[in-house]
Amino acid sequence: MTSEKIIEVKNLVKKFGSFVANDNLSFDVHRGEIFGFLGANGAGKTTALRILSGLSKPTSGDVSVAGYDIYRHAEKVKRQIGYMCQKFSLYEDLTVAENIMLYGGIYGLPKKLIVEKTTELLESLDFTAYHKRIIGGLPLGMRQKLAFAVAILHDPDIVFLDEPTGGVDPITRRQFWEMIYKASAEGITVFVTTHYMDEAEYCDRVSIMSEGRIVAIDSPAGLKSKYQSRSVQDVFVKIARASNNNRV
Amino acid sequence: MHIFRDVRTLVILFGIPAAQIIIFGYAVRTDIKNAGIAVLDRSKDEISSALVSRLESSDFFILSKNLETETQIDRSFKEGDIKAILIFEDNFGKRLLGEGAAKVEIIADGSEPNVANLVTSYTRAIINDYMIDLNKAEAGSYMAVEPEVKMYYNPNLESQYMFVPGVMTIILVLICALMTSVTITREKEFGTMEVLLVSPLKPIQIILGKVTPYFILSVVDVIVILFLSWLVFDIPVKGSLLLLMLESMLYIMLGLSLGIMISTLSKTMQQAMFISLLGLMLPTIILSGFIFPVEYMPWVYRFLSPVIPPRWFIIIVKDIMIKGTSFAFVWKETLILIFMTLVFITISTLTFKKRLV
Repeated sequence: MTSEKIIEVKNLVKKFGSFVANDNLSFDVHRGEIFGFLGANGAGKTTALRILSGLSKPTSGDVSVAGYDIYRHAEKVKRQIGYMCQKFSLYEDLTVAENIMLYGGIYGLPKKLIVEKTTELLESLDFTAYHKRIIGGLPLGMRQKLAFAVAILHDPDIVFLDEPTGGVDPITRRQFWEMIYKASAEGITVFVTTHYMDEAEYCDRVSIMSEGRIVAIDSPAGLKSKYQSRSVQDVFVKIARASNNNRV
Repeated sequence: MHIFRDVRTLVILFGIPAAQIIIFGYAVRTDIKNAGIAVLDRSKDEISSALVSRLESSDFFILSKNLETETQIDRSFKEGDIKAILIFEDNFGKRLLGEGAAKVEIIADGSEPNVANLVTSYTRAIINDYMIDLNKAEAGSYMAVEPEVKMYYNPNLESQYMFVPGVMTIILVLICALMTSVTITREKEFGTMEVLLVSPLKPIQIILGKVTPYFILSVVDVIVILFLSWLVFDIPVKGSLLLLMLESMLYIMLGLSLGIMISTLSKTMQQAMFISLLGLMLPTIILSGFIFPVEYMPWVYRFLSPVIPPRWFIIIVKDIMIKGTSFAFVWKETLILIFMTLVFITISTLTFKKRLV
């Protein structure tokens, strides 16, 4: 992990009509770190992630991703990032191998490289036996692992994961996080949203969002000592309570 | 109670039967009104002109042209606003009075078999009527006009001549609009669209990638339909095959852009299917003039019909296939189709952009 900033966000605001989804967010993400984006449902995590990955445009504020300004160089940003969303995002009626080929093709990887990567990837996932299976027939955990592998197929600088482990069993979640660690070790920055607080413990740094604002940002250990809690879960509950009290 | 909560289902439940009854009730009319006719009067005597004015004074016909020679017949039909031509033989009145019999030829535009049938039988009825009056006036005499009916373009008045262009029009719009809208909304629903949008691909590349296969499939469809109609029904393409193919491609493009527009407006696959099926199927069948001639529908339908793309394509196909016209006669329809395609594409890009912001 270096101190080089790969994502810089300053005063990001996103409004939907009169509803403020992201209220003046400012934060940085460093190259190679695993950055957790926590918050209750509707706190604005997904909105922020969509802006960072170019799916949505901010109302105001400065955002740069992988060294490019997202307003002026949206296309260049897109080449540097991988993305995996809440919903399953591979083609269910294609086989495992066909999906890998397709995404490799979309990112313009040379054919030889795609074939190489496919074999490598199938082996590392233990999927070789399944490569001709239609995706639709595979269990969710396997599909999510494959979706992640596909999202980093083109060696992006950053990969955005939007609640990647929703509805997945604990063992697969564990394996999934091993994949994330591996990607991080290879120098890929991982930006992950989640509402599983135990997963937050795996991150290098986490930010906690509530009602469109970032209320805390630090390493899990730092958060725990600051809020005098035993786990990030407790930190989260304390923060949520505090913001509830503020409202009343 | 739940069913009343869901307004959309309610609308479908009550709205559709009501709409269908109204549409079918009014649209399925088999009478004609103000059909354009032309007259080629070789005799120009009292009786022939009296007969023409009798036709004119009925609500059914409007005399839109007087022809001088037979060479004008083909051109008048190709221009499209004339449904039938009456030809009075030389000395029509003299023969009728002298020999008690005279001939009149009724030539109808057989590319629209239903209309042709109606027009000829109405004309005959009016001529008969006139003869009865005439016989009464000249007590004791018996005179008869023998109408000789001919069908231009389609001598046996076969209904395939109408169905082939109609089926082509409907199939194309269905395949194109339905399939594109469903496939694109499917991507949206499954989340694959987001991944594509995040990728370096430009939106236009994504859309083209989705749409190109359907374009190719539809062109193949056109070829199959034309081939079958030639093989099975013996309907050759009278006009330029190249022109017909180009026009079909334009129409396919229109269908595809319509599908794209539907997909940008709808959130789910079911919604897209509903819009495509209900929004396109029924109006296409009824208002395009495929089965029922649009000219004689109540004004609401005549007003709505031009908005429907198939209406124009069906004219183009009929003209090229059956009448064998050249581009000079269909450029107006072509222009309308191009304009509609552009409108659909503009609407889709606008809504697409709005969604992204």
